[in-house]
Amino acid sequence: MINFDYIRTSTAKAAIDAKNKNASSQFIAGGTNLVDLMKKGVTAPEKIIDINGLPLKQITADAKGVLIGALALNSEVAEHPVIKSKYPLLAQAINAGASAQLRNMATVGGNMMQRTRCSYFYDITMPCNKREPHTGCAARQGQNRMHAVFGTSSQCIAVHPSDMCVALAALNATVHISNAKGNWQMPFTDFHRLPGDLPGLDNNLQKGELITGIHIPANAFNKTHYLKIRDRSSYAFALVSVAVALEVSGNNIQNARLAMGGVAHKPWRLTTVEKFLAGKPATKETFAAAAEMAMEGAAGFGQNNFKIKMGKAAVTEALQQAVR
Amino acid sequence: MPTLDQNASRRDFLKKSTAIAALTVAPPVLVKAAENDEKIAALFEQMPLRLEVNGVAHSLSVEPRVTLLDLLREQLHLMGTKKGCDHGQCGACTVHVDGKRINSCLSLAVMNEGKKITTIEGLANGDKLHPMQEAFIKHDGFQCGYCTPGQIMSAVCCVKEGHANSADEIREFMSGNICRCGAYPNIVDAIMEVAPILKNY
Repeated sequence: MINFDYIRTSTAKAAIDAKNKNASSQFIAGGTNLVDLMKKGVTAPEKIIDINGLPLKQITADAKGVLIGALALNSEVAEHPVIKSKYPLLAQAINAGASAQLRNMATVGGNMMQRTRCSYFYDITMPCNKREPHTGCAARQGQNRMHAVFGTSSQCIAVHPSDMCVALAALNATVHISNAKGNWQMPFTDFHRLPGDLPGLDNNLQKGELITGIHIPANAFNKTHYLKIRDRSSYAFALVSVAVALEVSGNNIQNARLAMGGVAHKPWRLTTVEKFLAGKPATKETFAAAAEMAMEGAAGFGQNNFKIKMGKAAVTEALQQAVR
Repeated sequence: MPTLDQNASRRDFLKKSTAIAALTVAPPVLVKAAENDEKIAALFEQMPLRLEVNGVAHSLSVEPRVTLLDLLREQLHLMGTKKGCDHGQCGACTVHVDGKRINSCLSLAVMNEGKKITTIEGLANGDKLHPMQEAFIKHDGFQCGYCTPGQIMSAVCCVKEGHANSADEIREFMSGNICRCGAYPNIVDAIMEVAPILKNY
């Protein structure tokens, strides 16, 4: 690993000022992804700004929802009594990701900022438009079993690897952001972006901006489930995952939210399916139709074609598990 | 609040002085000069770090790029914590930081200022093994033993976190520790047996 300057900060202002002063600086929180990327030579910041001293660890709940500080650990969020009782979908999604050790290091903000695990992005001897613009995408014709089937571009077919973010997309969360001018908020579903012609950008956070927290609005979902399909039963990235949140009354779906992981460059919200499900009975037939609709427009690249069939099965299964 | 700005500018100065030398001096001399510069710069790039390892306070000097794992093994000579993959995928490097299990290979040492670290060397009480260590021996929870320190450190926390209530739950919450010999069934048995005792340990 190439050496770097390291400073500790204790306020958002000091952290943002330090970031703005050096174009090659990066914030570090848990470090579980950044340190790995630095070891691999994928990134080599001149300066690391440690933000662990910032007062952003609180989880505060009220009638309107819950505000989770950006530095709250993944494990703390998943074990928090309010999250477990009122937002079980989030707890379930977090526990489906990484390992107990990593969840004790990784923060909510860092989880959002993690980079794709595309093997070509990680291998600095291979072309990758995300890592090195205009070098090409080795995945399109290469090992693309783990890659996207929605929202791809000619430049990049990588997926966002987070489980937590899939649940947050379904729960209509809001991202709280600070910059040198002040604070602002962004809908969670606008945070991550599709690759387009700028695959180097994973999200819409601007230079010198810091995530300070995530707000999840209170909801009336009484049936939720996070289904994750992967190569081994634990501690692997998703091939396909589905977050389902339903408000069911009797056998009738009043309100539905669905998002998928492992299929796109960002958590993939299924708004068309949500509209279709509202007002329908929670039956096998409804779920099968929803699953067909969910995967409409999906396109594979050879090795990952199976994700289209698997996606349908996953949506059906997640809906069934939710209402069980 | 520690900052390295002054040291960094010193390093830049040293690098630039070598670059100027490159215009005027013959190559072998230049190489030697560059090597010396690197050595001097490395000294300036050290940061003070205070932490407690297995109950012993340490005042150290480390480069920011040194991981907690490398600090433990190479500077403190605590070889019990293993380097398996060095990328957070195998769990062999698991230690406790302020009572929480983490992968020491993905934590920069300087991020642990003021923290209390426990490694496998700090688990036993003198010659008396920790109940989890006893249970691993009793149930033959290892073959080659390379993953064992990480498994045991992880297992102690798995119980403390309240995630050892069934074999399935143990398998899920121990999934961050890979054992290529495949001692998993015995590891699960060891944890199952010792979990009720450990709750009051």
